[in-house]
Amino acid sequence: MVDEKTTDGQKELSESDKRYWATNLRLIVGILCVWATVSYGFGLLLRPLLSGIIIGGVDLGFWFAQQGAIYTFLALVAFYAWRMNKLDDEFGLED
Amino acid sequence: MSQFVINMIFVGASFAVYTWIAIWARAKSTREFYIAGGEVHPVMNGMATAADWLSAASFISVAGLISVGYVNSAFIMGWTGGYVLLATLLAPYLRRFGTYTVPDFVGKRYDSKTARVIAVVCLIMISLTYVIGQMTGAGVAFARFLEVDVTTGLLISAVVVFAYAVLGGMKGVTYTQAAQYVVLILAFLVPAVYLSLMLTGVFLPQLGFISSHAESGMPMLVKLNEVVRDLGFQDYTADVSNKWNMFLFTITLMVGTAGLPHVIIRFFTVPNIKDARRSAGWALVFIALFYTTAPVVASMGRLNLLEQIYPNGTDQASMVYDERPEWFRTWEETGLIEFEDKNNDGQIQFYNDGTLKTPNQDFAPIAEARGWEGNELSVNNDILVLALPEIGNMPGWVIGLIAAGGIAASLSTASGLLLAISSAVSHDLLKNTLMPDLSDKQEMLYARLAMVGAITIATYLGLNPPGFAAQTVALAFGMAASSIFPALMMGIFIRRINSKGAIAGMVAGAGSTIFYIFLYLGWFFIPETNTFPNSPEYYLFGTISPLSFGVIGAIINFTVAILVSNATEKPSEEIQEMVRRVRYP
Repeated sequence: MVDEKTTDGQKELSESDKRYWATNLRLIVGILCVWATVSYGFGLLLRPLLSGIIIGGVDLGFWFAQQGAIYTFLALVAFYAWRMNKLDDEFGLED
Repeated sequence: MSQFVINMIFVGASFAVYTWIAIWARAKSTREFYIAGGEVHPVMNGMATAADWLSAASFISVAGLISVGYVNSAFIMGWTGGYVLLATLLAPYLRRFGTYTVPDFVGKRYDSKTARVIAVVCLIMISLTYVIGQMTGAGVAFARFLEVDVTTGLLISAVVVFAYAVLGGMKGVTYTQAAQYVVLILAFLVPAVYLSLMLTGVFLPQLGFISSHAESGMPMLVKLNEVVRDLGFQDYTADVSNKWNMFLFTITLMVGTAGLPHVIIRFFTVPNIKDARRSAGWALVFIALFYTTAPVVASMGRLNLLEQIYPNGTDQASMVYDERPEWFRTWEETGLIEFEDKNNDGQIQFYNDGTLKTPNQDFAPIAEARGWEGNELSVNNDILVLALPEIGNMPGWVIGLIAAGGIAASLSTASGLLLAISSAVSHDLLKNTLMPDLSDKQEMLYARLAMVGAITIATYLGLNPPGFAAQTVALAFGMAASSIFPALMMGIFIRRINSKGAIAGMVAGAGSTIFYIFLYLGWFFIPETNTFPNSPEYYLFGTISPLSFGVIGAIINFTVAILVSNATEKPSEEIQEMVRRVRYP
């Protein structure tokens, strides 16, 4: 769904613009993979697989559904903000 | 000092702060009215977003919902996980684009008045359904704690919101929301800390959640499982059989969260894109503080309640009705607790006799052997939060705090929603569609008038709630997921989407979602007009409940928009340049 190709008649994007956007997209895909794994994975569909690991007397999947997923979301959003703000600086971007 | 006076002091003091902010933060331009001048500090905006997000329903009802068991973890993950989508897919780019409202982005990006108006219609449907619950929530909080009737409580709330929202617009709303966050989070955390100390001896509720139950030495959650199992309920942590519906429901809540206009516009108020990213992180910090505590209040609150009713263990005699404690009497008066002595033994038998959800069938013979003739106690789930300080014997000021917290949660969400509605009316419907010649001054006057109108309608609907008020979750989240979220995301990430695609997508996505909801919940929510009974056998694939359809609506929106756009002309040169600007600063 991402249109990397520049089509005719359209302004060419600079190499640096393309690299910036590609880095952003890679980062988003990575973050959403972790996001889905901890919530839909550990907390939901894969819960039975984690039943061997006990935390607070119950299975790890349960803890992920009610606690762990939220902590992970927090780490993901914080990481994205830090990484992208750094990327903006690296590309000398100001808005 | 009587409890009434304490409650008055807490609510009165918090109202004094809100009113002071209303006078201090008056909006002087449309920029201040719509986006607080774009000068809000990211931490401040994070707090305001959290208060915007945590509604009356979250504050009062969510712990009760979660206490039912694992299946309702969907709410916990859904209402926090949406912020990951918002932070990575929408908020920064929309801030960089620099609009005042959500339909404003849709209108400019797709260069279409029709698309703008459709977005306005979706926004109003979402926000209006949502605001009714907030107004009634505030009224109920008033009625319970300040001994006024619900109508008076609702009118007082409307006047207070009126003061800071009409005068200050987004600027007034932002600073009051930050103050309201402080009130509501203290009101939620303080009783949770008490509860955690009482049951586990651990100060931090999130740690108490996985610690040992002080009295029995067993892990708290294992103890809770044992107690509920011994009373015929399903284990608190028991897994569910229909994972796919829970999965779709969770994802609908997440995508819907990211598509709620009153939350999105909060990110227009920070100075720049970097602050928008930071602010999303702070918002989630403040929201996580609430949602990681909610399961603790749910589980420990339920355990505590059951221990009070069965003071010597579940296999021993239960509480004698004539010796019931004070809190029991208080909440009986409100109807949130009801007792009926079915076997005339004067004791309160509270168990799952098979008429409540998820019964443990093996328990029926045991109950019969004990001479029980059915569950005798009905407990409204809201009790877990509202009556927590009294059940846990906490000091009077904690009750005052809960009163102020419940009202803060209602008012902060209501004001955010009202602002989203009024700015869509004045900026999108009037200035950008019907009356393009408005000056800045005139537009602000219309914005204030729209706010007055929105408050009046919301108050009226709060006093006379229509049948669909209870369907907020289905309608608001389904609509936000299937209309607003895809339109915004494609606007940023897929350059090829043109106005025809976006319009067709929104109409198909929102249309199919509403259609599916009406099929099961009644046409226009009129009772008894539903085409199919609202039960799993009749759902699509036997799985998709009307609450979970939003994500399917979103997929329909994406598909239709992409197909139609590719079959029609490319967006103009200027539009493509606009998309470029959203992506690269």
